[in-house]
Amino acid sequence: MSEELLIIQGLEKNFDGIRALADFSCSLSQGQILGLIGPNGAGKTTLLNIISGFTTPERGNITFKGMSIVRMSPHKIARAGIARTFQDLRLIRQLSVLENVLLSFENQPGEHLANLFFRWKQSKKQEAAIRNEALILLAEAGLAEKANDQAENLSYGQQKLLSLVCCLAAKGDLVLLDEPVAGIAPEMIDNILGIIRDLPQKKKSVILIEHNLDVVMQICDRIIFMDAGTKICEGTPGEVRNDAKVIEAYTG
Amino acid sequence: MAHAAFYGIGAYVAAIMAIKLNCAFGVTVLCSIIFSMFFGILIGVSTLRIKGDYFVIATFAFQVITFSILNNWVGFTGGPDGIPGIPQPVILGWRVTSSIGFLLIVGGICAIIIWGGHRIGNSPFGRVLKAIREDEIFTQSKGKSVETFKILIFTLGAGIAALAGSLYAYYVSYINPTSFTVMESIFIICIVIIGGAGSTWGPVIGALVLVTLPEILRFVGLPNSIAANLRQILYGGLLVTFMIWRPRGFLGKYAFQNREARK
Repeated sequence: MSEELLIIQGLEKNFDGIRALADFSCSLSQGQILGLIGPNGAGKTTLLNIISGFTTPERGNITFKGMSIVRMSPHKIARAGIARTFQDLRLIRQLSVLENVLLSFENQPGEHLANLFFRWKQSKKQEAAIRNEALILLAEAGLAEKANDQAENLSYGQQKLLSLVCCLAAKGDLVLLDEPVAGIAPEMIDNILGIIRDLPQKKKSVILIEHNLDVVMQICDRIIFMDAGTKICEGTPGEVRNDAKVIEAYTG
Repeated sequence: MAHAAFYGIGAYVAAIMAIKLNCAFGVTVLCSIIFSMFFGILIGVSTLRIKGDYFVIATFAFQVITFSILNNWVGFTGGPDGIPGIPQPVILGWRVTSSIGFLLIVGGICAIIIWGGHRIGNSPFGRVLKAIREDEIFTQSKGKSVETFKILIFTLGAGIAALAGSLYAYYVSYINPTSFTVMESIFIICIVIIGGAGSTWGPVIGALVLVTLPEILRFVGLPNSIAANLRQILYGGLLVTFMIWRPRGFLGKYAFQNREARK
């Protein structure tokens, strides 16, 4: 097994006495796609929120590329190389599709106030380079024609696709996807799954939450079944599919 | 809500430096900007964790405190009597005495500010600001330090307000605290709302309308005592009208609306 990209040890989180995560541990190696499944309230989204820094755990540690990231602020974690999408689909709806992607690039000289007045040319040049890259990303995802539309004018599926493209623009090593294909049309699902499947080739690992078991079985290398904040079982899609506890949970 | 406070700080720093220290025009203006920006950082950092309406109240408090200091620190600011006798500015040996001269200076500086605002608005920096306005969490998840951007732009705003204040002090040559009350802050907010937030030219239009409209009223021939009150009614009426029929103002792209209500 290759070197571990992300190591999670003994995470614990309670919300007003309700246990969201209890002594949760797992790890992820480079280029893997890990699926999180389980009933609502199992703690899947809480886990993503903790990894990306939006929620602080009471106990436990997270190591990303050998660096402890627990209790780091969200923007620092993002800069360290963890991109994410949100279950409730966050985008800047009043900016154009292209601008949403541009926003997702890191280390832009033009984002420093002083550079706008003292290093204008350099900022301009960099912006043009990023713009090209963003247009390529959008073209690959089939959104090129929509580049100048406002994000709010896209269909729900296209918005989900855009939020994924934004994650690609950030040069991270890990992408966290919270229900990337929930509630969208079948053709768009194929499009999005195609992009996710190609992520390991781009040296990106993925943690994915999804209720659609077919999807999870199709694209994940490894699956963790969670319930009530704990790991019930873990393994390859084949192993998890045949696990007695998973069968019980999904067939009642 | 604290814009008039920074505007006042700028005016007082310029006035005190010009009279007591006999400093040149450029030096006083620069110092008033720096001084005000320093307060901008202080207020920015200390109110960072406060959001929405509460942020407005916190800046309102700063506004009230600033007014109280200007009004009560008699030894330094002259108290309610203010500071008279601010000398006319001298720029590169040219003593500005006429209104036309002032118009040229203020117009020139205004042009520079508009140019700068335009550049910021259309830059990656401006893009992050727009993103923060709509969704801080998304912006953070893209690796942007929302706090840093907020403090920077708040401080810059404080500096620009101080620049305006110092020019005002030189122009009227006499300042007192009543020019820097919360009414002035509200007036500035009216300009932004009516002109349109989120655009460079919106506030320019807003300022033109709100400043010239009362002057037009004067020609209608109302006695001064009525005209002054009428002005307040006019501002209030305009604000309500715009909120109902055109919440984005003349040129704005973004409606002034409760974030939760929008969802």
